[in-house]
Amino acid sequence: MAKENCIISLQGVSKVFDGTTVVDNISLDITKGEFVTILGPSGCGKTTTLRMIAGFEMPTEGTILLNGEDITSIPPYKRPVNTVFQRYALFPYLDVYDNVAFGLKLKKIPQVVKDKNGNPVLDKDGKEKIKMVHLSKKEIDNKVMKALRTIDLEELADRDISTLSGGQQQRVAIARAIVNEPEILLLDEPLGALDLKMRKEMQLELKDMHKKLGITFIYVTHDQEEALTMSDTIVVMKSGEIQQIGTPLDIYNEPVNAFVADFIGESNIYNATMTGNKKVRFLNHVFDCVDDFPVNEKVDVVIRPEDVILTKVSEVKAENLTGKIVTKVFKGVHYEYLVMVGKAEVEVRDTKDREVGDLVKIDVEPMNIQIMKKELTRNIYPTAWINNKNQVILGEDGDPFECDVTQLLKGSSLDEEGFLISQDGKKYDLNDADVTAEIGLDAIEIIDGYDNGDTNGDIVNIVYKGDHYQVMVRTDDEEDFILDTLYTWNEGDQVSVKVAKENIKLTLKGEINKYEIK
Amino acid sequence: MKSSKPKFALFKRKYLCIPYGLFLVMFIIIPILIIVYYAFTDDNGMPSINALVGFFTNWSKVNVLITSVFIALQTTLLCLLIGYPLAYFLADKKVNKNAVLITLFVAPMWINFVLRTGATRDLLTWMGINGGNMPYLATLIGMVQNYLPFVILPLYTTMLKLDKSQIEAAADLGANPFQVFYKSILPQSVPGIVSACTMTFMPTMSSYVISDTLSEGKITLFGNYIYLDFANNLWHDGSFMALIMLVIIGISMFLTREKGGAEQKGGKSW
Repeated sequence: MAKENCIISLQGVSKVFDGTTVVDNISLDITKGEFVTILGPSGCGKTTTLRMIAGFEMPTEGTILLNGEDITSIPPYKRPVNTVFQRYALFPYLDVYDNVAFGLKLKKIPQVVKDKNGNPVLDKDGKEKIKMVHLSKKEIDNKVMKALRTIDLEELADRDISTLSGGQQQRVAIARAIVNEPEILLLDEPLGALDLKMRKEMQLELKDMHKKLGITFIYVTHDQEEALTMSDTIVVMKSGEIQQIGTPLDIYNEPVNAFVADFIGESNIYNATMTGNKKVRFLNHVFDCVDDFPVNEKVDVVIRPEDVILTKVSEVKAENLTGKIVTKVFKGVHYEYLVMVGKAEVEVRDTKDREVGDLVKIDVEPMNIQIMKKELTRNIYPTAWINNKNQVILGEDGDPFECDVTQLLKGSSLDEEGFLISQDGKKYDLNDADVTAEIGLDAIEIIDGYDNGDTNGDIVNIVYKGDHYQVMVRTDDEEDFILDTLYTWNEGDQVSVKVAKENIKLTLKGEINKYEIK
Repeated sequence: MKSSKPKFALFKRKYLCIPYGLFLVMFIIIPILIIVYYAFTDDNGMPSINALVGFFTNWSKVNVLITSVFIALQTTLLCLLIGYPLAYFLADKKVNKNAVLITLFVAPMWINFVLRTGATRDLLTWMGINGGNMPYLATLIGMVQNYLPFVILPLYTTMLKLDKSQIEAAADLGANPFQVFYKSILPQSVPGIVSACTMTFMPTMSSYVISDTLSEGKITLFGNYIYLDFANNLWHDGSFMALIMLVIIGISMFLTREKGGAEQKGGKSW
């Protein structure tokens, strides 16, 4: 059930385009009057989600509720929702006034039919007869002028769209949407085409407008700063899935995983291990922290550049974490330093002027060390199976990998026909056996180009972990390989991946007896 | 500061239009002047309005003019009615992969015009529509068949450029599918409609091969009349009619330019 006061609710919504899942089973409740931002990199499904709320796309699965009513299959023109489009989509053949009045002129409102004496006409059931009528010219005029006043453009009412600047067109697009008094205003990266200064101004204006109008705003952007500035709630999306929902403060201070941390603001992300009660070890140094995780658990830590405290030291001491400043960039209010600790990089923001080459001691307040459960320490493929050549296929379809099936039964070996022979001479045919396959992050080799490995795909995500990159490769069959690499790759690179036979760990589902040949 | 231009800069870019300028003067401006000259002189080369008076007092000539305008309008309208939905359909990338279909629709233009019209006549006769019994219908069919590609092409180009987000915006603002069509798609395609009309209306006005062939001479269009006058050595009458044609085309050009310009900037799509 949708929670109270919830204006729109997505329930298990998925969208598949030509076999590619763009939005993957997301559920989201949006409270009335909220300013919600859907944030994510391009291609994460955020615009598709917005378009499903607007009605331009039909979800492949799931339902969308508006005020508790199912609107999943209602066409856009019947939804009390208006959109501000990415490229404004103003009508160039209409002037500013007519653009804003477009929706009002189409609108029909119920009106009681009255006879000559002004008494309501009754129908045969004795109820007042109601007719749908267009708004009067005067009503339209009032509303349009009010909307134009809201955006400070009333003096431009009779101007041609093409004579307006980008910022003015943006305002007209907003006026055109809000004039219809929608229950929800959808904004699809509306500030993307504006320059930085204009964008900052519009951010504040939009926030102001949201307060004044009191309607629900759903805002889509890939700009994390925009999201942090304007929203009540941020929904972070990646690869069609929701990663985290929370207030800007929550998302910034307590990202749930390395992706969110990396995406929201600059951050240092490291692989770490819990070494004791509220003690975490990374960069070869043990830090105190406030998060409680089981000892020896592998975790990710995030440290914001502004939370790193530098102190100049003259010599390296064993009890301190010491590094050397290698670059320095002046950013106006602060300096941005890159400090090398061994092979790992630490990004630091500091207002003090330091010199490149300085030795510095690095400290971080315990509460500024954000520890996150490691999303993945291994790649796990729960639906893998063995084919008739004793190779493993990781998903339902996909390229086969050479693997060692003898690990499924201790002390077994393969005969020349490819059957598995146990120590005591029993014979098994593993064709079509369902297994779970596991591959370590460091066991996957990544090679440039499509034809150089066991299978191939495109890089969909990269997170820098201080001294190495964590790369996600997605194949055509939607199989993901997460791997650690020292080399720099780019998102969208076409690569092959290769896994050595001995690095694929297999676990049989069910008993091996059912594959025995008697 | 004085700019130091190299010597060859003396050759200005505008010199490049000299060849066309010469062509324009020789084959367009001078002939028009000759037409005007012949239209307002008599056989002795003296100024005269005989041709003008002759035209407007000859009911059959005015009648032919009206018929021609009428047929041209009908042809244009029919072409639009057939071509518009077709172009909209063809502009869908899923339907018209690699633009093969649009090429097929334009392919008739590759065949010799007179030959094509002859073939149409034979086909229509075989279907029972011949110049003998239905000269008007036969002419109209021939005209539409001949000028349809000229309507499809500019409309197709416009349809390819339709702004999908404007169409979505209209739907978003409460327009039902029919309202989306006449409030967003139609206004967006005005430039295409204008150039389609220009490319159909004017040539149909002056064409005479089609009506001659298909109506077996029963329908005389303005073009036929001009041709006949010149063939019969009535140069002054012929020239005056050619001048009238020129004026009509001028007026229609002026009207469509006005319209196309106001509706959408940079709208000429052909």
